[in-house]
Amino acid sequence: MSEPAGTQADASVTGESFLVRAALIAAALAFLTLFLFLPLVAVFVEAGGRGLEGYLAALSEPDALSAIRLTLLVAAISVPLNVVVGVAAAWAIARYRFRGRNLLVSLVDLPFSVSPVIAGLVYVLLFGAQGYFGPWLRAHDVEIVFALPGIVLATLFVTFPFVARELIPHMEAIGSTDEEAALTLGASPWRMFFAISLPNVKWSLLYGVLLCNARAMGEFGAVAVVSGRIRGLTATMPLHIEILYNEYNGAAAFAVASLLAGLALVTLAAKTFLEWRYADAIAAARHS
Amino acid sequence: MSIALAIETLEKTFGAYPALRGVSLDVAPGELVALLGPSGSGKTTLLRAIAGLEQAEGGRVLFNGIDTRRLTLRERRIGFVFQSYALFRHLDVFENVAFGLRARPRGERPREAQIRTRVAALLELVQLGGLEKRFPSQLSGGQRQRVALARALAIEPQVLLLDEPFGALDAKVRKDLRRWLRELHARTGHTTLFVTHDQEEALELSDRVAILNQGRIEQVGTPDDVYDRPASGFVCEFLGEANRLPVEIVNGEAMFAQRALLGGFGPRPGGPAFLYVRPQHVALTDSDRDGLPGAIVAVRRHGAFKRVEVALEGLSRRLEFDLDAGAAPSLGATVCVRFTQGHVFPAQEGAG
Repeated sequence: MSEPAGTQADASVTGESFLVRAALIAAALAFLTLFLFLPLVAVFVEAGGRGLEGYLAALSEPDALSAIRLTLLVAAISVPLNVVVGVAAAWAIARYRFRGRNLLVSLVDLPFSVSPVIAGLVYVLLFGAQGYFGPWLRAHDVEIVFALPGIVLATLFVTFPFVARELIPHMEAIGSTDEEAALTLGASPWRMFFAISLPNVKWSLLYGVLLCNARAMGEFGAVAVVSGRIRGLTATMPLHIEILYNEYNGAAAFAVASLLAGLALVTLAAKTFLEWRYADAIAAARHS
Repeated sequence: MSIALAIETLEKTFGAYPALRGVSLDVAPGELVALLGPSGSGKTTLLRAIAGLEQAEGGRVLFNGIDTRRLTLRERRIGFVFQSYALFRHLDVFENVAFGLRARPRGERPREAQIRTRVAALLELVQLGGLEKRFPSQLSGGQRQRVALARALAIEPQVLLLDEPFGALDAKVRKDLRRWLRELHARTGHTTLFVTHDQEEALELSDRVAILNQGRIEQVGTPDDVYDRPASGFVCEFLGEANRLPVEIVNGEAMFAQRALLGGFGPRPGGPAFLYVRPQHVALTDSDRDGLPGAIVAVRRHGAFKRVEVALEGLSRRLEFDLDAGAAPSLGATVCVRFTQGHVFPAQEGAG
């Protein structure tokens, strides 16, 4: 019986009437339905427009398969790389006080504030045929722009902040006493890192990885510039969808789009599931 | 006296702020020493420097005659109990205690069965048997403290260092744990240093107390030594309460307002000084002749006693002393006070 009394007290303290609360909730729901949920449903409805056979045909066509493979490959390369670099950057920022630390913090955020198209253009400028390193690269037979390395570079750039941004506040909040304790107990720095530091931030790290992965698979702008959009060769799923759409092949475009959206939904579901399954552990890690 | 731990003229600064200024201290094997001081006195820095968590800029620390500057943290074998306990939150009690054993290099690592026996024995020692599977977040403050202690003891430390071991606990638990720690120390006999800002804790628990002030050790001695024979005005005021009166030393007598308050300061040179008198060394007298006249301005209950504040003529600070709870001093009454014991220190020191 005490709990309803508590909520009543809360309501009277915050002072919003029933009407205000209902209006706020309704507005939020309406917005989400209109701008997020409906488009998502539309993708799946449109994808099924030509029936299951048409759907499967659109996905199993060689160019589509190539796009799926390329997308997964790019994510498989760039996510682990970003985990390593992100953890290193977060460690440096959270643990050390050094000249240029604030600059590093701002740099971590840079990819969020720079348009992905510009990120792509930068790599073309650096590594393209007319770019700074272009002649040297061509002389040594290294392909970066319009090939897998360029796509990976652009994806790395765009997705870099996710891991570091999740980790920095968490690492700062936890502090370094646990690590000092591990060291006095005789742990090697290596053991300290893998047995104490990483497990301490594993939930933040996991969120970072999931978000990083979702963005790596979905990135369009930067990849569009560096990849050259060569169908069946350098077109990732988002690029392939656009190509199909521009060819007025709406059903096929939506079929691939539904798969990409599905991958994102799986990521989201995985995150929600983990949050629900380990709610206690997460709460303990945050508060104790 | 053989020496388990020797601290020699340690120096440490944080930026422009000197945290340790030539601190030296010898600790005998099995001794329990308190590092007592106000916040900012350098006591925690000293503890961390001994552990190797802080790099001293000068001086050195020796364990059984071995210079620790060449040793890694592992080789120092320090049992460090952090003020926040720093328990590993993702490991249960068993794994927390076993951490130091599992972290040993492969050749020295005990076998799983040995680890189990050792951890079980340690948890028994700290009276936490049966809680092996709990996580730190499921323990009370006192239990966490004991897990941290068991974890530190697991590596068979040469020296046990405790940073404010009871700081985060409430008063009742503090008292229990204090007694328990004293017993535990008697049984295990580890050379132990602990940091505290609580003078009662330091006096009750330790074999010797080192009082730190502004990065220096003011005095080291047994609890009786430092309490009864303080080496400075700071020690006198920090250890327990003390009334401070500006006096003039004439022929070995402390004079205040042309009255001789207390004699026996013979060998001291004359001149201005401060007289420190503990509340229990103040007595009320009837005769006007050998006492200081004053007026009772406040009476407060102070544990088992009544704390009486007396305003003296020519002294802005009020004199505080204790009376039996049964006494009924009346507010505003004119009284005469006499001092039974006191300590005199030169005026320039402790004049703050």
